[in-house]
Amino acid sequence: MIKASNIIKAFSDQQVLKDVSFTFEAGKTNLIIGKSGAGKTVFLKILVGLLNPTSGSIWYDKIDLCSINRDELRALRMKIGMLFQGNALFDSMTVEENIRFPMDMFTKKTAKEKQKQVDLCLERVSLQGSNHKYPSEISGGMQKRVGIARSIVLNPKYLFCDEPNSGLDPKTAITIDELISSITQEHNMTTIINTHDMNSVMEIGENICLLSEGQLAWQGSKAEVLHSQDYVLLDFIFASPFLKRLRETALKN
Amino acid sequence: MKLIRDFGQYVAWLPDIFSRPENMSMYYKETIRQMYDIGIGSLSIVMIISGFIGAVTSIQFSYQLEGTMIPSYYIGYIVRDMMIIEMAVTLTSIVLAGKIGSTMAAEIGGMRQKEHIDAMEIMGVNTSAYLVMPKLLASVVIIPILVIVACIVGIGGGYFAAITVAGFTSAEFIRGLRSFFVPFNILIMLVKSVTFAFIITSVACYQGYFVTGGSIELGQASTRAVVFGSIIILIADLLIALILMS
Repeated sequence: MIKASNIIKAFSDQQVLKDVSFTFEAGKTNLIIGKSGAGKTVFLKILVGLLNPTSGSIWYDKIDLCSINRDELRALRMKIGMLFQGNALFDSMTVEENIRFPMDMFTKKTAKEKQKQVDLCLERVSLQGSNHKYPSEISGGMQKRVGIARSIVLNPKYLFCDEPNSGLDPKTAITIDELISSITQEHNMTTIINTHDMNSVMEIGENICLLSEGQLAWQGSKAEVLHSQDYVLLDFIFASPFLKRLRETALKN
Repeated sequence: MKLIRDFGQYVAWLPDIFSRPENMSMYYKETIRQMYDIGIGSLSIVMIISGFIGAVTSIQFSYQLEGTMIPSYYIGYIVRDMMIIEMAVTLTSIVLAGKIGSTMAAEIGGMRQKEHIDAMEIMGVNTSAYLVMPKLLASVVIIPILVIVACIVGIGGGYFAAITVAGFTSAEFIRGLRSFFVPFNILIMLVKSVTFAFIITSVACYQGYFVTGGSIELGQASTRAVVFGSIIILIADLLIALILMS
């Protein structure tokens, strides 16, 4: 479980997050949603410790992220996997080397054991045989899957995904969502996804936090989205007239 | 004001570079790669520049020696000491500040912009140490070797120019080379080269590591790495000269 308490973040005189509190539940796919500029990425970066909040605290179970020292932070981060919006794959390394990097850095496994783990991860994301390709030689969807494989190679307890569907076609986006969701359940991870993709919300959103203008505007599950009367939520999820009509039809039936 | 803030940030950042490595073999591999890049990658430019500088030094001194009472064999002595004390180390370092300094700033800055550094941080890697320490170690080992090469090639260039252009004999030049040799000058050269190697690398890596913004800012950081690196080298050159030669 990860708990954010009264998070405020300001850059100079601009307040980006205004007293946000939310609990991300263990073993569930937690979503941070909101329009562009709502503060989602800043919130995610605060959650992983890449940014410090102006005030407030982040709790990883019983560990206060904001008060631990650098060594404790590094130890905690070894339990964290993260998929970046731009994948952040190392261009000069092959797919296999990218996935093996955390193991090379932090484990004393033999080359054979590392190879086995890499192959397992690649198989899990359906990329068998891509070991020796470079990131520039594979598609955007495949890069996302390599990013997922790299983020789960050390069996993390917490998985963070920053806009995992950005730049992907709807079908590939659903595949990535399903992959993240199933990995979350398999490893009983606490997964936090930052997205503005409505499909993701309705497919895998087990615990959803809606940010609007830096504030927590709504929280609930995907089942509650359809029946909610919250104006901010409906305006975001069912943004187009077509989707509004679709929701009304669904509710009538 | 920004300069003072940058200097404070740079000094506060330096201890992070010397943290204990997470995995020694990964740091070792990276250090070897950097040694190869810096050493082999810069060898030809260092040899070309030092060869010409040695030749020009020789021709200019032969011009100044004309009509004086100074013995002609002094040409070898002057070229040798000029190369050992100043030319080889300072010019090589300024050239390397341009060549490897800009490369390092662009490499680390590019990693910052593509979120590679954030990705490593999330994995638990001490990015300051992993990205900078191997470069720093490689530089302080390889740059003194390049300086020694530059010194030898420079004296060779001076010898060639003295014989073929300035009209000295080989015996005169070699006699000068063997005269008034002070081994302490070699120490000065090595102290300077290690200091300059540290300056080139740490300044360039600092500029890349803390870059913000887009490609224009990355270009500016790369330029700052060269400009600040060169200026600090010259200031350090003066201070070392004052300390060691006084």
